[in-house]
Amino acid sequence: MKRHHRMLLIGLVVLGAALLVALFFVTAPPAIAPSSTPSPSGNLDDETMRVAKNLYCPVCPGVPLDVCETQACQQWRALIREKIGKGETEEQIDQYFVEQYGERVLGAPRPQGFNLTIYILPVLAMVAGAGILYAAARHRTRARISPLSPTPKSEYLERIEQELKQTE
Amino acid sequence: MSEAVSIEKPARRVPVFLFAFVLAVVGALIALLAYGVRQRSAPPLAAGLAPEFALTTFDGQRITLSELRGKAVVVNFWASWCIPCRDEAPALERAWEQYRERGLVVVGVDYVDTELEAKKFIAEFHETYPNGPDVGTHIAQAYHISGVPETYFIGRDGKLLSGTDAQGRANGNWIGPVTEEVLTARIQQMLAQ
Repeated sequence: MKRHHRMLLIGLVVLGAALLVALFFVTAPPAIAPSSTPSPSGNLDDETMRVAKNLYCPVCPGVPLDVCETQACQQWRALIREKIGKGETEEQIDQYFVEQYGERVLGAPRPQGFNLTIYILPVLAMVAGAGILYAAARHRTRARISPLSPTPKSEYLERIEQELKQTE
Repeated sequence: MSEAVSIEKPARRVPVFLFAFVLAVVGALIALLAYGVRQRSAPPLAAGLAPEFALTTFDGQRITLSELRGKAVVVNFWASWCIPCRDEAPALERAWEQYRERGLVVVGVDYVDTELEAKKFIAEFHETYPNGPDVGTHIAQAYHISGVPETYFIGRDGKLLSGTDAQGRANGNWIGPVTEEVLTARIQQMLAQ
């Protein structure tokens, strides 16, 4: 297999990987989990903790709501419990939290609108990077080959040769 | 004797527009990152025109800052879970009662709180000035608050109170629980404008 063919193959593998990553992010479930109605027989506290686990404390970044022990988190867990008791779905509760406190309550930004750039740009960058690497490698290969090839004679050299022939 | 010369095709160059495109994308990413970092690390507003906001109070009244132009406005960010907010709550209510007839408006902006607990807090401290939740934390973001409690002093001209106090602190805001002394001094300054 020729070198530039190998490079092409590598480029295609990288591209394929990038597309797979892109597909993963595009088709992955959004940060908000799919709707689920608590089962009537389910324990309300367990259900509260399950919903709280997917939400983050808005005032202590990076701390999930189910393990956060601040007064604020306790209030939010009580609110979740109240909403579950009223029959609201997890999706509705998450939506309420996002509206009230912003998207920081989610583990990851929702893949919609401007947020999409967060998911797409790294993939684009990967593809562009792979393309540049491939182009650079190809350019280098060609550059290495070209000095071995016979160089075209300049007009000046040809004229000297002709003049030499004439003198002979 | 002429020799046949085979000319190797020169290596194809990467088009300039591709480089320009990649450069533009990288530049845009860096600019976006810089903007995000700058926004996050921006200190609380202390001078200049106060950002416009709209607030719907817990009793359903809608307030916009632009409608309050011509009045002195004290915007206080608080939360029911915030312990120091309890220290300043009585002073804010007293200031409102004392200066409202002279053109002062105190606006309470409840930051990441639950309505139930916020209403309990308001009832506990007998707060009668307009108070509402900062839905989506848009107001807090506009003022770059660093936490609660924080208080902003907006003059009749819609600008944050200019100048500094004897300790060199900007008059436009107060970070932490505001004291009656500070409130009085700054309110009188705003009303004198």
